[in-house]
Amino acid sequence: MGFGPYFLLATLEGLVSAAVLALTAVGLSLVFGVMRVVNVAHGEFFMMGAVLAWWCASLVSGNPALGFLIAILLSPLIVAGVALAADRLVLKRLHYEPEATIVATIGLLYIIQQLALTFYGAEARPVQAPFDWRIQLPWFGYSGYKFFVIAAASAILLAVWFLLRRTNIGLIMRATQIDREMAQAFAIPVDRVYAGVFAFGAALAALAAVLIVPIKQAHYLMGQDPLLLSFIVVIIGGLGSLRGTVVAALLIGLSDGIISMFFSPTLAKMLATLLVALVLVFRPQGLFSPGGRLVR
Amino acid sequence: MTGPANRKTLALHLAFLAGLAALDFVLPDYHHGVLARVMVLAVFAMGYNIAFGYTGLLSLGHAMFFAAGLYGAALPIYHLGWSVWPSLATGVVAGLALAVIVAALALRTAGVAFMIVTLMFSQVFHLTTLYFTTYTRGEEGLVLPQNVRRLAFPGGEISLASADTRYWIAFILFAAVLLFTLALVRSRFGRALVAIRENEERMRMLGYDVFASKLAAMAVSGTISAAAGAAYAVLFGYAGSGFASIQYSILPLLWVLLGGAATVLGPFAGTLIMFYLIDTASSHTTANLLVVGVALILLILYFPKGIMGTIRDKWVRWLP
Repeated sequence: MGFGPYFLLATLEGLVSAAVLALTAVGLSLVFGVMRVVNVAHGEFFMMGAVLAWWCASLVSGNPALGFLIAILLSPLIVAGVALAADRLVLKRLHYEPEATIVATIGLLYIIQQLALTFYGAEARPVQAPFDWRIQLPWFGYSGYKFFVIAAASAILLAVWFLLRRTNIGLIMRATQIDREMAQAFAIPVDRVYAGVFAFGAALAALAAVLIVPIKQAHYLMGQDPLLLSFIVVIIGGLGSLRGTVVAALLIGLSDGIISMFFSPTLAKMLATLLVALVLVFRPQGLFSPGGRLVR
Repeated sequence: MTGPANRKTLALHLAFLAGLAALDFVLPDYHHGVLARVMVLAVFAMGYNIAFGYTGLLSLGHAMFFAAGLYGAALPIYHLGWSVWPSLATGVVAGLALAVIVAALALRTAGVAFMIVTLMFSQVFHLTTLYFTTYTRGEEGLVLPQNVRRLAFPGGEISLASADTRYWIAFILFAAVLLFTLALVRSRFGRALVAIRENEERMRMLGYDVFASKLAAMAVSGTISAAAGAAYAVLFGYAGSGFASIQYSILPLLWVLLGGAATVLGPFAGTLIMFYLIDTASSHTTANLLVVGVALILLILYFPKGIMGTIRDKWVRWLP
């Protein structure tokens, strides 16, 4: 295989990870944008989504598409429920103070991880893809499911954009994001908006995980990388900016896919993390967004 | 502060240290070993406390300073055959240098951004230790053999592998850092740090160089953390990249929160209790991370001042 097709393959792989990353990062970005909460447990919501997808798929035998369908409906709902409970029981009582919520979500991270280890185990388990068509390109065959992941993630992102920009719910969310007190003065139930956004952000992470789990296996430590990458994406894209997040996810996902195909993945991660830390130091508003500055 | 309070404070801390020293003779073997380890880790916590407790800099990356000390000491011993003294010094200097560089960059940000930046620098450090697996042996780690862990003195040398010397070396380091912290927080510099934590703008208006003070605080904090790391390497003879992972940035935060942020004795109390809590939990279940998670959430929800902080608020106002 020559360099061209090899590069195409790397690009396709990069697109798949970019699609999933964009979904995960948009969830993190929404939570930060609206609530000003840095959710360190976001990666664990992702992991929980994958583990629940495995559990749903193992419930039904027969056609794998059925198990996948149940997973994609049920898993984000359950994860959203857990996030809702975490918001009511912990975050709300901390009055969403940034530093206290970070410590609390770190605690949440450990709890979810440990529960997954205890009840799910340390093994990585596969979930069967709902279909296994192959699309034959001139140079190599490529999994049809991966194309489906890209398409599905794009559709969900469009739906999120529509929700935020064209519906009443989105209007309320944006109003809360821009000025919490003013929103409250206009009788917007800020508390319920916060709870809803936290659950929605977690559900997006879970959805991303359900999509990726037929490609990568479900494992109790799988939340670490998406968390770090989501942070990177959200920071480069500018916190709270949807468009910036998607553009940055494409950039990071593609370059991560391509770099780790040609170089060591550890080195790729090292350089990306260092780069982003420096972006945060020297350009805290992100590379693309003029507003949404990350302060206090 | 008045004279008698000063004397009372000093007497309390010296009595506490004397008690710790006396425990060496009465503790059963297992708890004797645990206490030596806890004292070294408490040094790490005290270093963290200077940044987090007194200066209000919530760093999520202190594992890199601990690990810098750890590797700074272990690598020369393992690969270059250095003796213990110069290796300890390299560890501490490595921590100081890293702390100054990281702080100079990270202190350009504040609040949440500061946490994320320190977390990321620490992550880069962790990945670096994994990337150079040929030298660090990654997760598996370096094991320093007993015969090189010897401390040379003019009158001869002592082996660091014996439980008794280990206890005493840990104690001497712990006592030195405890008294240093005590002196620091009662000095002009220490008071300036607390004032910066409480109201940064006012300090700037009063003409203090806030950035320089924070940088100095981070340097001191990083150096003490590195000293704990270097001591850990030579006393317990092991250096693995697990010590550079996020978990070891979270643990000192947990210890300090539990014991009481911005108290001198708090970090030790927090480390000791958490160590036994995890120890007890892991003898019943394997779910020791669960204990850490639940403890973090309960502390931040119901007990944000920690043990010593609450004691100071309620009963002993003069406690430093």
